[in-house]
Amino acid sequence: MWSTAMNPRILEIRKGVLEKNDVLAASLRERFRKAGVLVLNVVSSPGSGKTALLEVTLQRLLAQGYRAAALVGDLATDNDAARLARSGASVRQITTSGNCHLEAHMIGDHLRDWKLEVEGLDFLFIENVGNLVCPSHYDLGEDIRVVMLSVTEGEDKPLKYPPMFNSADAAVITKVDIADAVEFDRAQTITNINSVRPGMTIFETSAKRGTGIDAWIAFLIAQHDALKSPAAR
Amino acid sequence: MHELSIAYNIVQIADDAAREAGVERVDAVHLRLGQLSGVVSEALLFGYDIAAQGTRLEGSRLEIEDVPVVIFCAQCRAERELESIQVFCCPECGTPSMDIRSGNELEIGYVEYSDEPAHS
Ligand SMILES: [Zn+2]
Repeated sequence: MWSTAMNPRILEIRKGVLEKNDVLAASLRERFRKAGVLVLNVVSSPGSGKTALLEVTLQRLLAQGYRAAALVGDLATDNDAARLARSGASVRQITTSGNCHLEAHMIGDHLRDWKLEVEGLDFLFIENVGNLVCPSHYDLGEDIRVVMLSVTEGEDKPLKYPPMFNSADAAVITKVDIADAVEFDRAQTITNINSVRPGMTIFETSAKRGTGIDAWIAFLIAQHDALKSPAAR
Repeated sequence: MHELSIAYNIVQIADDAAREAGVERVDAVHLRLGQLSGVVSEALLFGYDIAAQGTRLEGSRLEIEDVPVVIFCAQCRAERELESIQVFCCPECGTPSMDIRSGNELEIGYVEYSDEPAHS
């Protein structure tokens, strides 16, 4: 009777595949909340002008008396980190050695090794690895996920990467100074962003000319202030 | 290619659960994969075979259940399945919605294993 001995059996698991990351991200988020620091996870394709915009952003926030720092995820080189450090903010690079995204444990480890007191900060920018696919799964404990895209990337970008655009809270369009030269279809881009992510907050900026930076900075400060208001508790 | 690292996560979770339950060999892992998860099934299946090597899951099947994106339409007062993840609007009335009820899943439901034939 050995032929009937193999009975399929079921072992229930019911577990999120990224549960470990999610648990860690939740504890980071709690720590950031207690510290009153607004944390932004900035995602984009390579060459989106993310670093230029963040450099201007850090300069502006520091000039207005806010304390800001940045963690920069990079595949290998430290060009982006060096460039951001020119703003005068504390900047630390996270080399992912080929990994296509940042994970919560990298943020925790680097904050520890950096000996940076998050309690002494108003803003922490996490510049994710240039990639619009992989970072979408990984919660880093951020308050706001910002997706950046340049006018050179084409209006169909949001439609090509729905999970990333859908998971973002704000979109920043960069390099609008060259919009005409590259025949940027502004209306279609905004329509597409709203199609994959209804109600997305959108900024149109140029780090070079300073266009739209005031509105972007005002948004960041308002979000930071909202953290400290009793309503946010 | 984040699918390989996701495959390693799947194998580790299932292997740990099997070990705790005293299961020596797993035949299949059942995964619920939301359309919004951004994970490519083909790449995940490829990575799974690699990740499973040398574990209780070696040679097992990864069975993927695709979970559609379902939103709640405030206008219709009903859950609606999206026709495309490029358009977050109710397919019936066109009202935009970010009230996502499913589609982000990336979770292991259960594993299948066989009873070992009784030794005599
Ligand atoms: Zn409807």
